[in-house]
Amino acid sequence: MHIDIDKELCIGAGQCALTAPKTFTQDDDGISEVLPGREEGGGDPLLREAARACPVGAIHLTDT
Amino acid sequence: MTEPVTFPQDRTCPYHPPTGYDPLSRPLSRITLYDGREVWVVTGHTEARELLVDQRLSSRRDHPGFPMTTARFAGIRDRRTALLGVDDPEHNTQRRMLIPSFTLKRTASLRPQIQATVDHLLDTMEAQGPPAELVSAFALPVPSMVICALLGVPYTDHDFFEAQSRRLLRGPSAADAEDARDQLEGYLGELIDRKEKDPGEGLLDELIHDQLREGRVDRDELATLALVLLVAGHETTANMISLGTYTLLRHPEQLTELRADPTLMPTAVEELLRFLSIADGLLRVATEDIEIAGTTIRADEGVVFSTSVINRDDGMFPEPDSLDWHRPARHHVAFGFGIHQCLGQNLARAEMEIALHTLFSRLPGLRLAAPADDIPFKPGDTIQGMLELPVTWG
Repeated sequence: MHIDIDKELCIGAGQCALTAPKTFTQDDDGISEVLPGREEGGGDPLLREAARACPVGAIHLTDT
Repeated sequence: MTEPVTFPQDRTCPYHPPTGYDPLSRPLSRITLYDGREVWVVTGHTEARELLVDQRLSSRRDHPGFPMTTARFAGIRDRRTALLGVDDPEHNTQRRMLIPSFTLKRTASLRPQIQATVDHLLDTMEAQGPPAELVSAFALPVPSMVICALLGVPYTDHDFFEAQSRRLLRGPSAADAEDARDQLEGYLGELIDRKEKDPGEGLLDELIHDQLREGRVDRDELATLALVLLVAGHETTANMISLGTYTLLRHPEQLTELRADPTLMPTAVEELLRFLSIADGLLRVATEDIEIAGTTIRADEGVVFSTSVINRDDGMFPEPDSLDWHRPARHHVAFGFGIHQCLGQNLARAEMEIALHTLFSRLPGLRLAAPADDIPFKPGDTIQGMLELPVTWG
């Protein structure tokens, strides 16, 4: 699974980091980012939930 | 043909959607507003999420097709409302100035301060009671103190801004709401002037330093941003605390379960947000024709999202009328969805968790001090919550 975050679209709601804190965080500007080493999701079972929780659909998951 | 349902309506029970909304069909239906105008109401969860991210729906209140749900609100339609009343790209510019102050990390760092505020208020309440009137003693001052500290607004002015917010959100007339808004903007404008000369520590001070001085925002825009943050920051959470407490006291089984296992608190807060849906009626206007669920919303038509009905969609939430800490409630739309989703939601969650947890653990005998059905709650044309909440304990 590969994770892409559209940082232009991101509104900093933090819902991804709230849902899947092992994979997502927010940078100092509040914009979402993937934690280092978790770019492929690391098998996080909450990944799809996190993408679904994003209020602007800024998280794209692709099967690898 | 049946007559369209009128919107908004008063709730019959403070924690359930008005029974008058029962005839509304999913996923969308027609409603009549206070001025007789017919508009769309979205009631389906899937469709709500789809439409709330659709940029062809505008939040601009000065658009002639924008649905006005009260005369009070229509009276201030031409005024600029930061964040809530603007579309992208203007909205995005404003939001990006603010999000660093509302991240999960920043919110988590405020928890000790929120806890201290809650403890202090409960100390006072316990010293003076029982009984107590929980809205004025606890539910309102918790978020009011927290947002003041965050913004850098002096809490000593709380009587003034709380009274103006009340007039703005549920005053008797459009003229009264407009005057309240003038007073609040005047107050915040003067506060900005004072802070420019004598900076303090708060988000407003940061915005003056980083945005106003750099010319990225003008003084009037900053005052309306501050107004939205101040009003949204205390009125909403205050209602969740008062109505959440009432709801828990009316659901003893769920309350016992929550007291026995405080780790349920974060999911309980999500479920309360879904169940109570206190901000019922998110408003938009279509700027182009939009096809949805086999229907066409025409350009210039008004669209209302009834969050209380959407959050009871049984396609998404089985047995939606029961309060259940074990359901996955996270995908509720109580904070909205799309670009306008509540900026302060993580702060609100932290305040609710700490306030409700501390209240019920410190006062194990907490109960209503009046017959439940006699306790007054807010009318349907504003944010839902308790007008008063007489409680006792011990």
